[in-house]
Formats: sequence, C-alpha cells, structure tokens
Amino acid sequence: MGAINLDDSVMTTRLDSVVNWARKNSLWPLPFGTACCAIEFMSMMSSRYDFSRFGAEALRFSPRQSDMLLVLGTVTNKQAPVLRQIYAQMAEPKWVVAVGVCASSGGMYRTYATLQGIDRVVPVDVYVPGCPPRPETMIYGVMQLQEQISRESLSSRKEHIERFYQSLARQEERQRASGKSGYQTVREMVLEAGEQGEQQIW
Amino acid sequence: MVIERIEAQLPGVVLDRHDFRGDETAVVAGDRFLEVVDLIFAEGFQMLLDVTAVDREAREPRFDVVYHFLNLTSQDRLRIKVPVAEGSAQPSLVSRFKSADWSEREVFDLFGIPFEGHPNLSRLLMWEDFPGHPLRKDFPLDGGDRFCSQDIGASFAPEARSLNA
Amino acid sequence: MEPTSQTATPRPDGDRMIVNMGPSHPVTHGTLHIVLELEGEIIVKATPNIGYLHRGVEKLGENLTYQQFIPLTDRLNYCSSLMNNVGYTVAVEKLLGIQDPPRSRVLRVLCSELARIGDHLVCIGINAVDIGAFTAFLYLFRERETIYDLFEMMAGQRLHSSFTRIGGLFRDIPAEFEPLCEQFLESCPRTVDEMESLLTHNPIWAGRTKGVGAITPENAISWGYTGPCLRAAGVAQDLRKGQPYLDYESYDFDIPVGTTGDVYDRYLVRTEEIRQSLRIVRQCLDRLKQLGPGPVIIDDYKIALPPKEKVYTRMESLIHHFKLIMHGIEMPVGEVYSATEAANGELGFYLVSHGGKSPYRIHVRPPCFPIFSSFDEQVRGRIIADAVSVLGGMNVIAGELDR
Repeated sequence: MGAINLDDSVMTTRLDSVVNWARKNSLWPLPFGTACCAIEFMSMMSSRYDFSRFGAEALRFSPRQSDMLLVLGTVTNKQAPVLRQIYAQMAEPKWVVAVGVCASSGGMYRTYATLQGIDRVVPVDVYVPGCPPRPETMIYGVMQLQEQISRESLSSRKEHIERFYQSLARQEERQRASGKSGYQTVREMVLEAGEQGEQQIW
Repeated sequence: MVIERIEAQLPGVVLDRHDFRGDETAVVAGDRFLEVVDLIFAEGFQMLLDVTAVDREAREPRFDVVYHFLNLTSQDRLRIKVPVAEGSAQPSLVSRFKSADWSEREVFDLFGIPFEGHPNLSRLLMWEDFPGHPLRKDFPLDGGDRFCSQDIGASFAPEARSLNA
Repeated sequence: MEPTSQTATPRPDGDRMIVNMGPSHPVTHGTLHIVLELEGEIIVKATPNIGYLHRGVEKLGENLTYQQFIPLTDRLNYCSSLMNNVGYTVAVEKLLGIQDPPRSRVLRVLCSELARIGDHLVCIGINAVDIGAFTAFLYLFRERETIYDLFEMMAGQRLHSSFTRIGGLFRDIPAEFEPLCEQFLESCPRTVDEMESLLTHNPIWAGRTKGVGAITPENAISWGYTGPCLRAAGVAQDLRKGQPYLDYESYDFDIPVGTTGDVYDRYLVRTEEIRQSLRIVRQCLDRLKQLGPGPVIIDDYKIALPPKEKVYTRMESLIHHFKLIMHGIEMPVGEVYSATEAANGELGFYLVSHGGKSPYRIHVRPPCFPIFSSFDEQVRGRIIADAVSVLGGMNVIAGELDR
C-alpha cells in the first residue's frame, strides 16, 4: 500500500473559523420592509446588483427561518413592539442590520410618532446610512457584518441578546400589570429611558 | 355659482364665503350642515374627497372641519368648512359617502373631534390608548421624547471604525 | 373561486379563526395590518389596522418652511417620488399665484410621467410576485433601473429626488439625458410586451385576478376612489384631462377605462397607462428640442434662490439668499387645495397659510387612503388568496397611506 498525498484535500483550521465562514456566506435575510428602503432592497435583489451573490438568495419572511434581520425603513412607535416580537422569534445566531437613517436614528422624522432609532428597542450590529442607501451601500453594510461574523467566537456568550430577552420579560410584566396595550408599554419604556439618560431599553 | 344656489335655497346657512385662488369655499353652521350636504349631493357633488380639520387655537369655536367635494360631471370643486367648538360633536357623513368612514376616524384620532352617527369611531393612525391628540396645536411635536432634539446616552465614537482601515 | 359562505348552513361562532395579515408579512406592501376573521378559507370580515408608518409628517410640516417640506413629500409615495414633489410645488405655486417657466413645465411633465411608469412597473411587478409570478418582476425592474439612472442624471438621487423647487426645478437636465431617454423609449415598450406575453393571456393569472375585487362605478365614487382603480371600474376620471395642470391639455394621450373594476382590469389599465405615458414622454422630448435652452426656475428672487454666481458677487442677491433661507418665502394669507393626478389617483395638498414662513396647516390627501378603506367590502365572502390579489391591485403604499 503506497502513501496517499492528502496535502491538497485536507486543511487544518479552528472550528470557529469554519463555522463563521459558513454563517457569513449563507446569511438568510428577513426583510422587515416598512418604507422606501424596502424599494432599494428590491433593487438590490434584482439582477443589476444581485444580492444573492452573498448567499442571501433565500428571502425568508419568517423569523423562524432567517438569521439576518434587515430593518428597511422607518420604524414608528406603533411598529416598535412588533419589531421586538419578530426579533424575539428569531433563532440564534441572529444579527440586525439597521438600513437607512430612519432605522438607525429616526432620520428626518423628529416627531411624536417615529422611534428615534431601532437600537433603542433591539440590539443592532451594523448601521447603514443613507436616505435611501444605494444598493451598493447596503451590500457594503452586509459585507461589514460578514467581517464582524468572521471575528466572532463560538464560546463567547451573546450578552446583548440575553439582555434583550430580559427587557422583553420586563415589558410583558409591565403590560400585564398595567393593562395597557403593547404599543403604549413600549412607548413608556422608551420615554422613561430617555428621561433617565439611557440610550436603550434592553 | 353653486354657493349662490345654496344661499338661494337655504337662506342664512352660509356664514362666510370666499374663492381665494379659484377655490370655492363656504363656511356653514354645524346645525344645518346635513341640509347643505343633501343639497349639494343633488347638485352633482357626489364624491367626498377628504375630511380634515384645522386647529385655530385661541379662536372660538376652536376647530374648523373642512370637507372637499368634487363634481365628476362638471369637474367643479367645493370646500365646506364647519366651525366646531371643543368637545362638541359633528354629524357623520358615513351614511351618504362611504369615503367619510376613515377620514372622520382620522380627524377624531388626530384632533379629538367626535362624529355622531359614525359606526366605528376609534383611532386610526395612533394606537388605541395613545394619550392625547397629536395634531392639536398644544401637543408638542416630539410628544415628550427627549431624543428628538438631543442625543443622550452612550456615544459610539470610541468604537467607531474608520472605513479606510 | 365563487364565494359559498352565503349558501352554507350557518355554523356556530366557535369555528371562526382570526389570522393576522401583517404588520410584517411578505405580501403587505409596506406595513399594513389586516385582521382576517375566517371560516375555513372564506373571509367573513377583514379589518385593516393602519398607522404603522405614521411618521407625523403633517405636524412636522407646521414647523418647517415650505422649501424644507419638499424632501418630506418625496417619501410619501416612495415608488414615484417625483410626482409628489410636483404635486406639492404646484400647490405652493397656486397659493403664491405664480407659474413656473415653460421649460420647467415640460420637464415636470416628463419626470412625472417617468415616475408614473416606474410606479406602475413596481405595482404590476409586486402584484405578480404576490400571486407567484416572479419572472415578470425581474424583467420590469430592469426597466425601473433605467428610470433610476434617468432620475439620477436629472436630480442626483435614484429614489428620493426632491427635484422640484417652488417656482421651478432644481436644475436643468444634462446633455446625456436625452440619448438615455430615447433608449428607454425604445426598450420599455418591448419589456412591457414581454410582461404582457407572460401575464395577460396566462390562465393562472386570469383565474387569480378576473372577477376578484370587482366594484361598480357608483360604489367606487362613493368610496372616494380615484386613479387607475376608478378608471378600471368604468369612470373616465383623470385630472390630466378633466382639470389640466402643467399644460397637460396640449399633450396628445388617451385614458384607458375598464369595465368591471376587478384586479385584472386594474392590471390592464395600468399596462395601458404605461404605454400612454411613454407617448407623453416622447412628446416632451420633442417639445424640449422645440423650446430650446431656457430658465427652469422663476426669476423672482423673493421666491427662488438666485444663482450662486450672483450670490457671490452681488449684495442684493446675497440678501435675497439670506432672507429666503432664514425667513422663508413671504406667503399670502389664505388656503388652497391643489390636486394632481398621481400614479394611484388624486393626490391632494391642502395648505393653510397665515403668512408665516411655515404653513399653519398642511394636509395631504393620499389617493390610496379611501381605496384601502374599502378593503373589507372587497374581500368579504372571498378566500384568503383573493385578499392577496386585491391588496396588490389596490397598490397601497404605506408611506402615503399613513403619512
């Protein structure tokens, strides 16, 4: 029996790298499309910019089947508890990309009705500025997320996701106690955090 | 034209009128409003485009409920304004025009003007237990959210990466 | 797909199931929430719940100057931003009692019709995607990318152009615009033909859309329908013909009118409107050549900013610039309602001015607001799949619905 040369067919690496490589190249997006950025997202999925090159062909509108939440467009105060619920229903590993200035910071809508940035209610990994961002900008944002994912470690706990679930429990407790609707509860939590100088409610 | 016919058939109902930039406008008292609507419906103004309101703040009565009508055959437009005091109700037009349904709900939501006879007078754009009526002049633009005008909390500057790195 | 709940024996209420369509759903165009009460597959009641994109635009307008409101109008119907810009600036110009120069009027018609084509392309594409026909969307979006290139050439931005100003336009079109527009006028009819070959005589498409969401003309008028949905129902109402603005009476085009008002008719009306808009764009290009170069914004420096060369060299222009930016335009006291024919119907702007730099009250009359309010009546007694077709045919854009 002769020796078999395995040099080209075997490589040694760390488990982290392999898992991160697989995760970052098969990000299945959940397009949480609310407003105009969703139209630019549609452009990104079409043939000219072709987002599916990045492994994101499978658009899953179900949170159970996707790992990247793309928040496309303005999130209003009425939409905030809905966003929290969708994020809660996603299975880990999960990432959030705030696409557009409305999702990142409230955009030009500094009003009673608009949430001033989704990072007040859910943890965000990448912010993509623009109103709306060009499809190339959104692709660059996802590439930044891919770089972030490649630096992750399997053994580190996702502390921000844990804090989010705790804030969700607080929200439900508060809703049960006061009898108010989910919209009003989240709005009150956001306003109180602002009064105390806190950026976010999770 | 049509306002003259309204004045002829229902004398005293038109409190004020103008046609600034060609928009025929009549201010009508609230208690005779339904008669005017029936009259103009018969005249051909069969599409109610929009119901909205204006908060006149210090003036008594506080609000002006504004209706825009369109006559599809003659392509004429008509604006009817009804002064409504704070707290008093305005008769609903849902039985005559189906488009009044949501328009009146929106006015109720954003201004707090109730409409008598509306089948489902609940908030439309804000959530059910939202405190206050946003488009009133005494409601602040940011609704109490300090973030609208200030950046509070953690600054992400130390963690920011240069795009060229 | 005939409704059968009227003939079935009444069942106890315990069989009713409540299903949420939205606010996060692939089919809802933007964020809409519809609570469907179902008996099996039949919809017994559909309650729309809107406001998930209510951003407070009308109240924000009371704190901004008239020029600063223009970017907010872009984001109303975000599929055809330019038409909203045009509609708003036409309203402000009506309030001021001025008119923009001839070249600006032709360019406004040109970009409105391009935006209308873009909106109908998206509407038909998304309607098809919801029903399951994905290919049409990809073909149509290729044409929309060309429209984006044209808008980017004109205004610098693909989607939210903010191209118009009070008294005219931001700037004139560059030299590269015309060749690309000619190329678009050649390729778009071919793409629309391709799309029609996929959909118009397709038995699945006809089965999903014929007879679904039909409405009588009287009912449509009572609901406040305008635009393609009203024309599909058989009423020949188009503001471009009925109450022309921007010299529309001098252009040669037809208005397609349907018969039953169902989703299939709405699709056919929109397809034909794309072709008619292409005719108007052709006439605009010819007219631009006839008019030759000229100003695209009014020459009154109390309303429109003076050109930068004058601002940097002349004192009066500098002062005009300062006054316009800091104190806004001096508006007459009064109120106007101005309506234009947007892609979805009559887009109205009601402006109340007390003479200050901001409007005292600004109200937008969105075309899809009354159309969507009739959703319950349209889908009662039909199955869930019809709710999807009807929603697509109505072309509800949450940005203008909720403002």
